[in-house]
Amino acid sequence: MKAWRDFQPGLWMKEINVRDFIQKNYIPYEGDHQFLAEPTERTRGLWAKCQELLAQERENDGVLKVDPDTPINITSHPPGYIDRELEQVVGLQTDEPLKRAINVYGGLRHAVKACEAYGYEMEPGLQGFFKKHRRTHNDAVFAVYTPEMRLARRVGIITGLPDSYGRGRIIGDYRRVPLYGVDYIIRIKEEDRTLLNREMSDASIRLREEMFDQIKALHELKEMAKSYGFDISRPAVNAREAVQWLYFAYLGAVKEQNGAAMSIGRISTFLDIYVERDLREGTLTEEEAQELIDHLVIKLRLVRHLRTPEYGDIFAGDPAWVTESIGGAGVDGRPLVTKNSFRILRTLENLGPAPEPNMTVLWAKNLPHKFMEYCAHISIKTSTLQYENDEVMRELYGDDYSIACCVSAMRTGLQTQLFGARCNLAKLLLYALNGGRDEITGDQVGVEMPVYDKEYLEYEEVVRRFDIQMEWLAALYVNTMNVIHHMHDKYAYEPLQMALHDTSIDRFMAFGIAGLSVVADSLSAIKYARVKPLRDERGLITDFEHEGDFPKFGNDDDRVDSIAVEVVRSYKRKLQKHPAYKNAMHTLSILTITSNIMYGRHTGTTPDGRQRGCPLAPGANPLHGREEHGAIAACNSVAKIPFRYARDGISFTFSIVPTALGRTESDQINNLIALLHGYFIQDAHHMNVNVLNLETLKEAMEHPENYPDLTIRVSGYAVHFTKLSREQQEEILTRTFFKTM
Amino acid sequence: MIGYVHSIDTFGTLDGPGIRTVVFMQGCRLRCKYCHNPDTWEIEAPTAQQCTIDDLMKIIVRGVPYFQASGGGVTFSGGEPLLQHEFVQEVFSRCQQKGIHTAVDTSLYVPEDVLQEIIPFINLVLADIKQFNPGKSVELTGLSNEMNLTNLRLLDENKVPIWIRYVVVPGWTDDVEDAERMAEFIRELEQVKRVELIPYHSLGIHKWGILGLDYELKDTLPPSRELMNNLVSIVRRVSGKPACAYD
Repeated sequence: MKAWRDFQPGLWMKEINVRDFIQKNYIPYEGDHQFLAEPTERTRGLWAKCQELLAQERENDGVLKVDPDTPINITSHPPGYIDRELEQVVGLQTDEPLKRAINVYGGLRHAVKACEAYGYEMEPGLQGFFKKHRRTHNDAVFAVYTPEMRLARRVGIITGLPDSYGRGRIIGDYRRVPLYGVDYIIRIKEEDRTLLNREMSDASIRLREEMFDQIKALHELKEMAKSYGFDISRPAVNAREAVQWLYFAYLGAVKEQNGAAMSIGRISTFLDIYVERDLREGTLTEEEAQELIDHLVIKLRLVRHLRTPEYGDIFAGDPAWVTESIGGAGVDGRPLVTKNSFRILRTLENLGPAPEPNMTVLWAKNLPHKFMEYCAHISIKTSTLQYENDEVMRELYGDDYSIACCVSAMRTGLQTQLFGARCNLAKLLLYALNGGRDEITGDQVGVEMPVYDKEYLEYEEVVRRFDIQMEWLAALYVNTMNVIHHMHDKYAYEPLQMALHDTSIDRFMAFGIAGLSVVADSLSAIKYARVKPLRDERGLITDFEHEGDFPKFGNDDDRVDSIAVEVVRSYKRKLQKHPAYKNAMHTLSILTITSNIMYGRHTGTTPDGRQRGCPLAPGANPLHGREEHGAIAACNSVAKIPFRYARDGISFTFSIVPTALGRTESDQINNLIALLHGYFIQDAHHMNVNVLNLETLKEAMEHPENYPDLTIRVSGYAVHFTKLSREQQEEILTRTFFKTM
Repeated sequence: MIGYVHSIDTFGTLDGPGIRTVVFMQGCRLRCKYCHNPDTWEIEAPTAQQCTIDDLMKIIVRGVPYFQASGGGVTFSGGEPLLQHEFVQEVFSRCQQKGIHTAVDTSLYVPEDVLQEIIPFINLVLADIKQFNPGKSVELTGLSNEMNLTNLRLLDENKVPIWIRYVVVPGWTDDVEDAERMAEFIRELEQVKRVELIPYHSLGIHKWGILGLDYELKDTLPPSRELMNNLVSIVRRVSGKPACAYD
């Protein structure tokens, strides 16, 4: 076959098996970045046009345009272009760049409110139709939620649940489209469908219906590509087509779904195989190869969903989480770094820094040193990269996994996730003291017990009470998630994304916790200092007096770090007691996105001395300002949390001023590489790296117009700093920026 | 044995090669007018942490993966760490057993025999020269620099690698002739691997206020880049050693 000429044969030719194709065909690259090309004239021109549009979008409250009339799906909108002369990769979600469409299936209310927020009215006939004739995911969930679930959501012990918009965190294997062409994928799906079910049970009937939708979505995808003049029924024959085909597949997904996180997967090394073949054949130059990647990245930077402004509380800065996983190593030990791993990072120089795509470097012990140097260089220059430990993930997810959202690994096309936001353990600790009553609203939310009545808090007793409340919350959390995902499958199923998975897949149900360091420090205060609870007029404990000092998480002190580890272990086990929807495996993340601020706002004063309303730490970070022994001690504390206990990811955001990293650029690069090595060799999982001066951030708060590209990593993703709310910006300024002492 | 420690930074990148655990010790006899850590002057200051050797080693060994990856190690700074030389020596001895690189950031205002004894345990000395001119030295630091220069020769004879550090304070240490004399002296020291010129900054000024001390250099501004570059080129030319200015 012409499309597969000159490729090494393998199992991938007999079945859908992208991993096998990559392993047989990729060419590892050990060299440096010198081969990289500058942006072409076309790239400069195209990006300049986009920058103009992006500036207009910023000036217009962050939303350039809304189409309130046409619910988006794969084929809903006619083709859209930025500039037909310039763009080498085509396709937009709607007929114009940055024009946002309504996605109704996730939740009618959300769509209506989002339109209103930006001065539009969703087409009344459409509203009426959905109200009357077609229930959406959001309404379905609320039809089934118990009063207890609603209350837990309202007081903020569980929040950020995907119950009013698409759940996301599903990664279609978009590479299948260029490698096999859509027709072959359809054929395999049809075969699967014929083979699968003879017995008509609930599950098999549902699968059969889902597969009907999957096949339909694949046909629609072909139709969408055709509207741009491409026939993707067949495999791509060269790099240009491979990039275009792959992007169409991704585009179909972001049209079909408004999931919070819509990762693109692990595409750069895959695409390198096509680029290398074209370079060999002399049909592509390095400049053209870079141009293709630059143009693909431009498209990924323009992905938009229409959200309500409140959405920004939890997921600030309008993120799409177009996460791309770069590098790592194969199970055979060969690093998966190719020239294209460099090219995709190079876009941050050719186009300037930006939060999307969410560039995620998979850190393997034996990554080529030149590649590490280039990553460190980009981190120091742009603060746009995150690093995740390939060694610990490869063990559980093989060598062709992708990262969904920030830190969630899954085998590409073989596993998927049921996303479940997070619960607030810091607040739960207060429930343990107050007998399940909410310290702010006074509602009876958790397990009813007498309010703690001794003069001082005793460790054993507090832990016993906390354990009881954790049992309660775990059960409620799992059940709430079961409702959400049942309804999501029923009313807002993702047929195209699932069509780009194997038919038989493994599922994770991803739970999360916020406030880990506050819980650890609070329990440490109770154990190692004396903490006297103070009761308010309602008889609830809302303040504390301390005598003595206590160890704090983030100082590499086992006395408190072991408490953090135990909380994670214990909570995860409690979740596992309750069966998850579709037999999903329970996983846990320690990740907050930007919700640590919102969670903090809804959490009373905690026994560690954190005041009511103050933010919790992001992810697994120590609480701001409590790290007394510098960066390594903080890293070492976080590294103690075993990845196996929280295999959905343990997020750590590390911020440092450039001079504290070393005197010269080469010192800074070497020290950053060594920092990552030393951290990951201890089986730590994740690190966001920011290399920034606080003064720059302060300056950007006052003069945002001068800093449109200033990017900062927050908690598993990057944002334009100036797109954050004032409160969120201020929280970042209070975070620990490691400096010289 | 107890050490009086001001603070510990587990991610020091400016005091020796690679990533270093930097232990700031209490105590210093100098009273440099530009000191940015006046809270380290007294050994038994109320804010000092009392550390045992074991306490400190526990912290240091946690840095080993980072030391190995970066070619780093431990640096004692301060204050003048050699005022607590027995403590430092014991920690260094244990570090050496574990293959951890040891450095000390010192003004060398200690008796020769003290230095002589600890030399076998030191892999690198970051040696301050506060002021080369003896008269000006007394004025700037309160003490003559004789001990400082003698000890530098002693280190050199004992083949201990040295990095020289010189803080450029406008009006106090920016004289070209003094710099030339210093560079001539350095030229004779075989073990000097590099010379770091550090521009004065006033970031420690608030600590003087807290301690009720009068900060005389209130009106002194950081040196200009030209001044720094000029001094660097003089030092480089005269001493024949690699020299650089840092921000």
